[in-house]
Amino acid sequence: MSRHTLSVLVENKPGVLTRVAGLFARRAFNIHSLAVGPTEHEEISRITVVVDVEEHPLEQVTKQLNKLVHVIKIVELEPESSVHRELLLVKVRADAATRTGVLEVVEMFRARVVDVVPDAVVIESTGPAAKLDALLAALEPYGVREIVKSGMLAVGRGSRSITDRAFERAVRSA
Amino acid sequence: MTGTPTPAQIAARAEARDQVRTELRSRVGGKAEIETAAPRVGPEEVTGAQSIVRSLEEVGADVVFGIPGGAILPTYDPLMDSAKLRHILVRHEQGGGHAASGYAHATGRVGVTMATSGPGATNLVTPIADANMDSIPLVAITGQVGASAIGTDAFQEADIVGITMPITKHSYLITDPAEIPRTIAEAFHIASTGRPGPVLVDIAKSAMQSRTTFSWPQELNLPGYHPVTKPHSKQIREAAKLLATARRPVLYVGGGVIRAGASELLRQLVDLSGAPVVTTLMARGAVPDSHPQHLGMPGMHGTVPAVAALQKADLVFALGARFDDRVTGKLSSFAPLATVIHADIDPAEIGKNREADVPIVGDLREVIGDLLPELAREHEEQGRPDVEGWWRQLDDWRRTYPRGYTETADGLLSPQHVIQRLGELTGPEAIYVAGVGQHQMWAAQFISYEHPNTWINSGGLGTMGYSIPAAMGAKVGQPDRTVWAVDGDGCFQMTNQELATCTINDIPIKVALINNSSLGMVRQWQTLFYESRYSNTDLHTGHGTMRVPDFVKLADAYGCEGIRVEHASDVDAAIKRANEIDDRPVVVDFTVSRDAMVWPMVAAGVSNDDIQYARGISPAWDRED
Repeated sequence: MSRHTLSVLVENKPGVLTRVAGLFARRAFNIHSLAVGPTEHEEISRITVVVDVEEHPLEQVTKQLNKLVHVIKIVELEPESSVHRELLLVKVRADAATRTGVLEVVEMFRARVVDVVPDAVVIESTGPAAKLDALLAALEPYGVREIVKSGMLAVGRGSRSITDRAFERAVRSA
Repeated sequence: MTGTPTPAQIAARAEARDQVRTELRSRVGGKAEIETAAPRVGPEEVTGAQSIVRSLEEVGADVVFGIPGGAILPTYDPLMDSAKLRHILVRHEQGGGHAASGYAHATGRVGVTMATSGPGATNLVTPIADANMDSIPLVAITGQVGASAIGTDAFQEADIVGITMPITKHSYLITDPAEIPRTIAEAFHIASTGRPGPVLVDIAKSAMQSRTTFSWPQELNLPGYHPVTKPHSKQIREAAKLLATARRPVLYVGGGVIRAGASELLRQLVDLSGAPVVTTLMARGAVPDSHPQHLGMPGMHGTVPAVAALQKADLVFALGARFDDRVTGKLSSFAPLATVIHADIDPAEIGKNREADVPIVGDLREVIGDLLPELAREHEEQGRPDVEGWWRQLDDWRRTYPRGYTETADGLLSPQHVIQRLGELTGPEAIYVAGVGQHQMWAAQFISYEHPNTWINSGGLGTMGYSIPAAMGAKVGQPDRTVWAVDGDGCFQMTNQELATCTINDIPIKVALINNSSLGMVRQWQTLFYESRYSNTDLHTGHGTMRVPDFVKLADAYGCEGIRVEHASDVDAAIKRANEIDDRPVVVDFTVSRDAMVWPMVAAGVSNDDIQYARGISPAWDRED
């Protein structure tokens, strides 16, 4: 098994996320993480999906995804040529005795405290998966109360945009 | 990182981005207009319901198989006045769906079925799944509860878009009546282009009742839908080269050839290549059975020559076939020596089950059309391929393992004899529509097909009960042709209520009921793999049983001619008599032996090398050694 990140450009239509997620389930592919949001074009949404899958079935799922009428374009983002980021919100126990230690961890990881109460803080951090895992490990001894993650987002490095590429390909095939 | 961009660079980038954005938007906005001969109409002030009927008329539908109910009721009112749409009132939505499918199968046009919300829509699940597996162009229009009631568990509410998502090519839920014409235009376009398939259009009752405008033609807005029809020329050249040099080639022809309307071109390819050809269950008729290079059907119940040819081939050229498990047997040992060329309109089929050495994505008419001159050129340059040795081997298999069957020992009719005579007496101009099971396999084996679209069956999903409604739909689509439903007693009892539809609407189908008084294929597996323990396969409909129901009486009750045949000497006369009756449906109850089995057979999950010609008889391979 290896991990792959797919950027899926879809029409911004009701039910499109169900179609994409349902296809993964139906063809027995495990979604590791999934994030969806609007893009620079109001008609297009972008789904970033991380899957654990072998090379051959990945090709098959990509082809099956491409058959969905609402899917416009699929691009696999290779780790070396793309930036991967996830947003983490974590609620950690922090009272007068432990707060300093918690804040030191926050400082070390260049994270931010976004909410404080007498016995806890909420910390915000973004980064690749490894960094967030390390941050969580460092916070673990203080008592992690809640973890929320956005799912991985990814964008290719360089000036090209995959919407450009989707467009160019469409022009070529037309 | 390349440092801070200059203001000029930023401006240039922004301009480039805006340009792409504008172009992309125009593309997403859609410029494709559905091709239609009809002059521009509208805008007309109509209700949503009228808009549905007008759209169906303009898109070219002529027959709708359906049943009204609460949520679709508004649409049935203007439907009554339509001069262009013939609505055929079926007795069960499943029958309506299969009838639309049979119609599509027989005509190559989009079949249309209509049902109400909730149970009406869920009854369409089976025919939709069936159409999805067999790539049948089908549009299902369902009523949905009013927009404001959606999601409230309202009376007869079912999320049919959600339920059918895995089994449709695409689906729509319409709550805004303004979307009706474009959506129906898109539904027909999607259903009938690329790899055909079923499209569901679920329309809220409130949208049918609202005022809206109707105009035609409509601009399609499908930025993510671009079926590739033109094959890659490099791949075509590669395929031609392989086909021109292979010593043991086989053309493995699937249902895609029939869907593409590529039978004539395929015939030319068969003739030019000199290669043997096999036609799968979905492709029977794609090449005439009388063609000397035709080895018959491959797969679980295929002919020994067809199965053996694939196993020994050095080149398998798959055309519109999908390496289904019923064809390949144990996949890892299928055609182990072969280089594979795989041509299909659906890129996802290529490499799905068997890796293709030469993948070709395209419409098979274009694929074969492009291939023919390339292959001729290869022949000119390199001479014709030497396939003589291959043909000696194939002919030897054909002589040793011809089509045949063992007469039954219990004195009852042999089902194979009945089906063979049916084909011989009725001829290849008729359409034969099977259910699923033993009778289906015998109908595929023992009737000789000469034309595409004369053999209709449920291949992928294996839907028992397919035959009667699908035959009805085929007869509606091809009223001048004789249409025989070849059905089993198990299948028949699932959907025979559509005989009422046939009688009342003057759709004189003929039914050859291969009545072995049991779920025959399951019984065969029980005989072979479960020590003849016949758990729940006895239906008590045949010879020496209670005959519940009595099919002749049932036929009579439905206004059909009912004929019972129990002796071999009566078979021909009954078929001839049935063929002469054209003013009502005919049901011929052939009470046959239940011990007859379908052979040859490759047991599920084993290698095709282990095919049995008849029970306990395995071919000896490599006889030339």
